[in-house]
Parts: sequence; C-alpha cells; structure tokens
Amino acid sequence: MPRESFDHKLRLLQDELLVMGSMVGKAIARAIEALKDRNLEMARQVIANDLKINEKRYKIEDNCLELLATQQPMAGDLRVIVAVLSIITDLERIADHAEGIAKIVLMLGDEPPLKPLIDVPRMATKIDDMLRRSLTAFIESDTEAAKKISAEDDEIDNLYDQIYRELLLFMLQDPRTISRATYLLWVGHNLERMADRVTNICERVVFMVSGRIEEMNVSKY
Amino acid sequence: MEPKIETKSLSFYYGVKQALRNVTLAIKEHQITALIGPSGCGKSTFLRCLNRMNETIPKTRMEGEVLLDGKNIYSPGEDMVEVRKRVGMVFQQPNPFPKSIFGNVIFGPTMLGINHKARLEGIAERSLRAAALWDEVKDDWKKKSGVSLSGGQQQRLCIARVLAVNPEVILMDEPCSALDPLATLKIEELMQQLKMQYTIVVVTHNMQQAARVSDWTGFFLMGEMVEYGPTKVIFTNPQDRRTEDYITGRFG
Repeated sequence: MPRESFDHKLRLLQDELLVMGSMVGKAIARAIEALKDRNLEMARQVIANDLKINEKRYKIEDNCLELLATQQPMAGDLRVIVAVLSIITDLERIADHAEGIAKIVLMLGDEPPLKPLIDVPRMATKIDDMLRRSLTAFIESDTEAAKKISAEDDEIDNLYDQIYRELLLFMLQDPRTISRATYLLWVGHNLERMADRVTNICERVVFMVSGRIEEMNVSKY
Repeated sequence: MEPKIETKSLSFYYGVKQALRNVTLAIKEHQITALIGPSGCGKSTFLRCLNRMNETIPKTRMEGEVLLDGKNIYSPGEDMVEVRKRVGMVFQQPNPFPKSIFGNVIFGPTMLGINHKARLEGIAERSLRAAALWDEVKDDWKKKSGVSLSGGQQQRLCIARVLAVNPEVILMDEPCSALDPLATLKIEELMQQLKMQYTIVVVTHNMQQAARVSDWTGFFLMGEMVEYGPTKVIFTNPQDRRTEDYITGRFG
C-alpha cells in the first residue's frame, strides 16, 4: 500500500511521455509524406502541430516539477523523473526537426522533384522505428535494447552519407539542381539529427536503470 | 463549490497572549488541507478551533466565526457534542482506550445510544476496513486489546474510532509524528482513500508530508496565516517571501 498514489502518478507520467512520443512519431511520418507528395497543406499541419507537441512537453515538465517538489523522490524514482525531463527535451527537438522538414517542403513549393525519394523515406522509417523502440525500452527499463538501438545510429549515418554523395553528383552534373538538392540535403541533416536525439533517449534509459551516465554512440556528424 | 469549513477573522488568545490573528480561511470539501509552520505559529490552535476543542482550556478567548456548511459552530444554539461528532479529531499520540479493538471502535456509537449488537459489529467492521486495519486484526478484534497493537496500527484504530461516528470532517494533529516511516506512509495512503468521503485538515511539522499528501496548504507564522493555496503552487512557486524562506529551510 505505501506510496500507491505516488506510483500511480509516476505511471501517469510515463504514459504521458508515450503519448508525446507518438505525437512526435506522427510528425516525422507526416513531414516525410508531405515531402514525397509535395503536400503543402500537410506540411502546414505539421508546423501547426508542433505547437501542440511543445505544449505537451511543458505539461509533462510541469508534472515532473510537481512530483519533485511534493513527493521527495529518491533513488530510482528520482532517476525516472530526471530521465523524463531529459527525454521530453529530446522529443521536442526531434519534433522541431520534423517541423524543419515541413518548412523545407514549403520552400520547395511546386518545383519539380529532383528524383524519386528512396533513401530519405527509408531513413525516416528507420528513425521512427528506433524512436518507438527507445520509448518501449524506457517503459520496460530495457538497457540491452537501448544499447542496441543506439548502435543502429550508424545505419542512419550511412544512409545520410549515401544521400549526400548522390545529391553532390546531381549538383556536379547540373548546377540548376543545386537549390533543390541543397534543400534535400537539409532534410537529410534534419533526419540525421533526429537519430542522434534517439541515442540520447537510449542513454537516459541506461541512466534510469543503472544510475550511470555514459555516451553510447558518438555520431560521426 | 461552497467551502466545508470556513473561518472568518478568527483570533484566539491564551490569557493576554494572542495565538491567532484574524485568520480567514475556506477549507474545501473532499480535499486534504495541510497547515504548516514553525512551532508556536498557531496551526494546532487553529485546528482545535474547528471542533471547539479549545473551549475546555481555561482563560482562553476566541473572536471571529467558524462556519461548518455555512453555520457558525459557536452559535449559542449549537451543541458541542454534535459538532465534535461531525468534526472528528485524530491526535499526535495514538490514544486507544484499554479495551478490545472492537470496544475502541464502538465507543463513540455506544455513547450516542446505539446498543444493537449486530449493528455495532457492522459499524466496527466498516470502520476498521475504511481505516485499512481490518485485514490485520479481523481474527481477534473482539479479544485483542487496542493497546497491544503497534503504534501505526493504534493510530489507524484511532482513525477507525473517529470514522465510527460518521464524521464529515477529520482533523489530524501531527498524526504521524510518533510513527516510523513505513507506518507514516500507510497513514498517508489511507488519507488519500479517506478524502473521497471526508474532508481532512492535517497539521504537520513535517513539511514533506504536507507536500506529499495535501491538495491545499496553509502556511502559518506567529499566529498569522501568511499564505494559502494549492499545494503544488505553495511548493513550487509560493507568492510570499516568508513562505519561500520557510519551505526552502532559510527561515529565521
């Protein structure tokens, strides 16, 4: 019986984090869909929704503050709350990168596509998957999964390399593509940064479970 | 929502010494209100005014009003026993009577004239369940003495004794200060359950306890109520410098 209501509040906090995670996952998927389909309306929606994600973050932060101030969390409980505070910052930044992609979609406007997009959606799908699994690892306190996910950042870096080389080739062959290719490079960069943030989340899972803060995968970018 | 209890310009004097200064406070129904402040700040005096407990102390004087559901409990027509039935109290030291657990719980109902055995048993079981003590005592509650229970169990027995007379408000004066941390947490958890049905006002020295259990917090200092608000606000962003100094341990 002791601390039942506090445990309940901690669980609610984790639920809220999952809700925020799914909002962010949706933002990534929609931003990429908007890019593929040149759907300006959808891009605008992603930008508008970013405000909701920010609000969610402030709400969770507020709940953490309340628990810290009123429940005197110690040891594992304290680490959960500190981890949540850190993870919501990463989630918010990931959403900002999705918003960044949506803004690029607006800048591209109705310029003809440079090429069919293959690696960019692949990158986005991979990141969405890593994000989802990192939050599951958080809920399940699964450090092994967290370590595995952060190692997968290398795949993202490789995809980014590939995109970079391909776009460079376009620009060399035809300088008229420079503007569009640069925009796509920015998209790639936004995605690459998202994956680094997922690695941060994985680090927090390890911290939450073990109390150790360790750098898990230093991205080459 | 109308407040369950409301004080208006409540002042209290022990002889010439003024212990409370014009305290106006509205206590909400089905919420836990915590009163905090340093020793001698008047918080216990205030609590005892809420069910006319101070009346028996000689050379004391009270000014102002205490309204229970909008009616002044100090009006000439109000019956003190009735007030204390509606507003029960749990004290710092668990004070079971030297009777069986059953005898303790039915003490109040018996005094109020209930003597039907089955009915008393029903009241006792319900009260012990509500006080989260039933499972620990159900095998020998009729024989075992209330005094033989552990401190935490004794305090829950005292809560059951209060619940047995069907109060509307429960006042708690440092209910956990004689208990160990685990027994304390059990009482705190119990308070969360009780607030669904009752209105609780708790005085505590333990600021962390106030933060953990209450919905509303009032900070008292030298007989004055300095600040009153949602617990979350009091502990994250108090509006008065003196409250901030007290809760951050920079007082004095």
